[in-house]
Amino acid sequence: MLLGYAIFLLSAGVIGYEILLMRLLSIIQWHHFAYMIISLALLGFGASGTFLALAQRWLIPRFHLSFIINALLFGLTSVGSFALAQRIPFNPLEILWDRSQLLYLLLLYLLLAVPFFCAANCIGLSFTRFRDRINRIYRFDLLGAGTGALVIILLLFAFFPTTCLKLLGALGFFAAALMSLNQTLPRSWKRPVALFSCGLILSLAWPDAWLNPRISDYKGLSLALRVPNAEVISQQRSSPLGLLTVVRSPTIPFRHAPGLSLNYFSEPPPQLGIFTDGDSLSPITQYEGKREPLAYLDYLSSSLPYHLLEQPKVLVLGAGGGTDVLMALYHQAKSIDAVELNPQVIDLVKRVHADFSGHLYQSEGVKVHAAEARGFVAGSSERYDLVHISLLDSFSASASGGYALNETYLYTVEALEGYLHHLKPGGLLAITRWLKMPPRDSLKLFATAVMALEKSDIENPQDQLVLIRSWKTTTLMVKNGEFTEEEIRSVRTFCEARSFDVAYYPGIRVEEANCYNVLEKPYLYEGAMALIGEKRDDFLRRYKFSITPASDSRPYFFHFFKWGSLREIFSLKGQGGLPLLEWTYPILIVTFLIALVTSFVLILLPLWALRRNGSSGRHRSRIAFYFLSLGLAFLFIEIAFIQKFILFLSHPLYAVAVVLCAFLVFAGFGSGYSSRWAQRDDAFSQQKEGMPILLAVIGIVAVALAYMILLPPLFHRLMPLPDVLKIPISIALIAPLAFCMGMPFPLGLSRVATAMPGFIPWAWGINGCASVLSAILATILAIHFGFGVVIGMALVLYFSAALVIWRPLPMTA
Amino acid sequence: MEINGFLWAKDMKKRYALILPLLALLMVPIHSFPSEEEEYQLGRELMVKEIAANVKFTSERIGKKTLGIPVMEAMGKVPRHEFVPAHVRRSAYENRPLPIGYGQTISQPYVVALMTDLLDVGGGDVVLEVGTGSGYQAAILAELVKKVYTIEIIRELGEQASERLKSLGYQNVEVRVGDGYYGWEEHALFDGIIVTAAAGHIPPPLIKQLKPGGTMVIPVGSPFMTQQLMLVHKGEDGKITTKQVLPVRFVPLTGGH
Repeated sequence: MLLGYAIFLLSAGVIGYEILLMRLLSIIQWHHFAYMIISLALLGFGASGTFLALAQRWLIPRFHLSFIINALLFGLTSVGSFALAQRIPFNPLEILWDRSQLLYLLLLYLLLAVPFFCAANCIGLSFTRFRDRINRIYRFDLLGAGTGALVIILLLFAFFPTTCLKLLGALGFFAAALMSLNQTLPRSWKRPVALFSCGLILSLAWPDAWLNPRISDYKGLSLALRVPNAEVISQQRSSPLGLLTVVRSPTIPFRHAPGLSLNYFSEPPPQLGIFTDGDSLSPITQYEGKREPLAYLDYLSSSLPYHLLEQPKVLVLGAGGGTDVLMALYHQAKSIDAVELNPQVIDLVKRVHADFSGHLYQSEGVKVHAAEARGFVAGSSERYDLVHISLLDSFSASASGGYALNETYLYTVEALEGYLHHLKPGGLLAITRWLKMPPRDSLKLFATAVMALEKSDIENPQDQLVLIRSWKTTTLMVKNGEFTEEEIRSVRTFCEARSFDVAYYPGIRVEEANCYNVLEKPYLYEGAMALIGEKRDDFLRRYKFSITPASDSRPYFFHFFKWGSLREIFSLKGQGGLPLLEWTYPILIVTFLIALVTSFVLILLPLWALRRNGSSGRHRSRIAFYFLSLGLAFLFIEIAFIQKFILFLSHPLYAVAVVLCAFLVFAGFGSGYSSRWAQRDDAFSQQKEGMPILLAVIGIVAVALAYMILLPPLFHRLMPLPDVLKIPISIALIAPLAFCMGMPFPLGLSRVATAMPGFIPWAWGINGCASVLSAILATILAIHFGFGVVIGMALVLYFSAALVIWRPLPMTA
Repeated sequence: MEINGFLWAKDMKKRYALILPLLALLMVPIHSFPSEEEEYQLGRELMVKEIAANVKFTSERIGKKTLGIPVMEAMGKVPRHEFVPAHVRRSAYENRPLPIGYGQTISQPYVVALMTDLLDVGGGDVVLEVGTGSGYQAAILAELVKKVYTIEIIRELGEQASERLKSLGYQNVEVRVGDGYYGWEEHALFDGIIVTAAAGHIPPPLIKQLKPGGTMVIPVGSPFMTQQLMLVHKGEDGKITTKQVLPVRFVPLTGGH
């Protein structure tokens, strides 16, 4: 029992540490690098399997001591590795120029893998030592992990990430203290008490200066704070949604007005800068109730829709510091619903800096909602004259420690359909994005809008679209209805007065498209024309960036990378061509390849040590295939269902916390339950040893297939329910699937334990490697084929695994 | 694509051209080592050749086969290694952006040469620079024009650049620490303005301080990554036109069906 609780604590610590590292590294670096670093550090699990396979003969007789030492090391290194990692001068921005960055990256992996390695040693050792109790050990492991996933997110609401780190470190000591109570050791209360106190003291004693995130010099916050007299005001706030820092810069103001028309000659009013995770500035603009100082807002491309609407009823998605709400007020909107994901941001504007913001969020007609944009729209029955989204990049599950990279449900075809359904007749959806050269997001969004209109059975989508550009931004308008001639005139007058270019409107002529801010070619115009024409597919294929619309099953709006362009872009390095490279996808691929090679080595290495074990190569391959398949399939399903539930729970954070916790906890129950089958094993005939596994797999396949068919209509119907109901419904839905998924691993490992006990650590390591590969591979597959295929492949893997292990394993010494 | 491949290979050759002599140097007796200055001189010459080769390749996009001879001469003369921190000095003449501390960078030499050329200034001109950084761009300009006024926000950087430029003998550069938003009123109008500290929008006072017929160049992008160059041209009649130039020749559509 003590062992169980110790494992529970360690597993909770490990998953908490993983999620926390994602948080910390997202603050220090950029989150796709954080993703890469953590994925590879998790290979510490695989490495542990290899290490135990090689050292088990020596470690097993000293089980308790080994466990205690590894638990202590987890406690020490979880905090210590991070402190050291902060000292490595890794700068991802230089990685294509400077080879030494690769060395720094390697050092980062190795350092951060140590705590995972130590914790995995404890668990792997326990499987090997108590091989008759594998199901129960695995149950504690999963229950701990599930609890840890939930607790860390709660902790992150209550404490700063660095405090959470110290608390997690202490868990290692507590696990060691529990183990030292064991009867096989000389009985004494001194040892556990000493360890327990050490943990407490140490968790308090880590100097904050070592642990406080050292934000990259090149992130917006660091740059802003270099400016003379710029200072952080009001206390930093932290939650799983991000670290918020408010900066005042009185000497040299922010003057945040992206893409401001050159025909505007005054200065924007004073602003405070809200930085999330040290970047993505969202300003709070000083507002004293007067209209004139806000005139600059009318010179941004995003103010276009207000010139076509009279006193509109507005929905602002992604309100942040309130710029778009101010814009709506400036244009005398009748009512404004402002949706912001992060309640702490709302609090900053509404309460902390209420006077500065002119009590903006309490203004008459303004209603602020703390909600996720997509979910708010889905749950609302209101209709608006204007749905306004400006320069909003979504918070993705990956930033909260989820797995998939950079997914966003804000700009999918289904999302745009949803926004359009909430427009009154004649209403407008307006989305503003940064202008990249050559265009990427603006064209992808245009293509998405065309498709959304087509799916809503609009006959002439081209008559309901307008696209304009400033020198730095583009604004797309989609109308519920066709644009009238008068409206088109307003668009042209608006653009003329501000020297903005029109890129598309119904009936546009090519000579109008490139007049003020001259591009080499009217790229946006050409793209838009191709996307509404018959040659759309040809254009999508020939364009050097991926601008095929994102969908809810492939929610990768920010995936622009195409392999075909890679060589050309690299050949342009000498002429400053590297900024054309879209990073995210290549990072994913590189991460996968490194993980693959490392896993290969980690899996093959122990075979050399186990070569005299007497088993034939065929049975080793069966074991390898079985645990590889399970590791891949478990996370495939978990990740794909997290994505499905994000849409339902409409909040990436809830989804990750609830789904991850429910999955692991119920899988834990499944594992515990399967011990009955394992014990009853002799009741089955020798030939039917594989039966329990097959039954579990049949359960998984049946439930998953049913869900693939039933969940979409069910979610659609239940969407408007409040969260208090949606969360228990989600848990109830996950329970049967997860319960079955918790069984195959311990059942299989028990069989290895009976027949080929020397191979337990090996199987454990394979499972660890497969989990790492699985998380990355799931994203790659989802980018290309969608999450449906990810689930499908998981089911095939589960089934093949059950078949491979069907026949008995031969007994070895 | 073949042309690309060819250039790529040439690029590699050039790299060897840089490395091989250095390796060879290791083999000769100590007394015949060239001085550090000579090594830097060699590096600079190779850098200029590389820029020239890259320009030829991009000529279609930037509308000319070569950059102005004075610009290339300035690139060959200004000791870039004096403008970067000691730990990256060995990379000073590689065609890559370099960190200069304080979260700031200096652009890739190719981009510096291109921006300078696009500014289209000459002997009698007065130029304003916003964002001095290390002072490298100011030094290049100082080789070409009568007077350079440059403004830096970060005090330490501004002071270091001022001293550095003085010690290198640049008499015609004046550095000021402060807010670049309002330009430098008492020395306006300027024949050219270069805004390397790219903001979310272009300060209106800068446009006012641009002489009719003058050009403003603004690199747009993030640190280490100049995405595109924004050119603001003021016509003789005071009319403003703007243009976006990608530093590279990159056509977003693949040819053929």
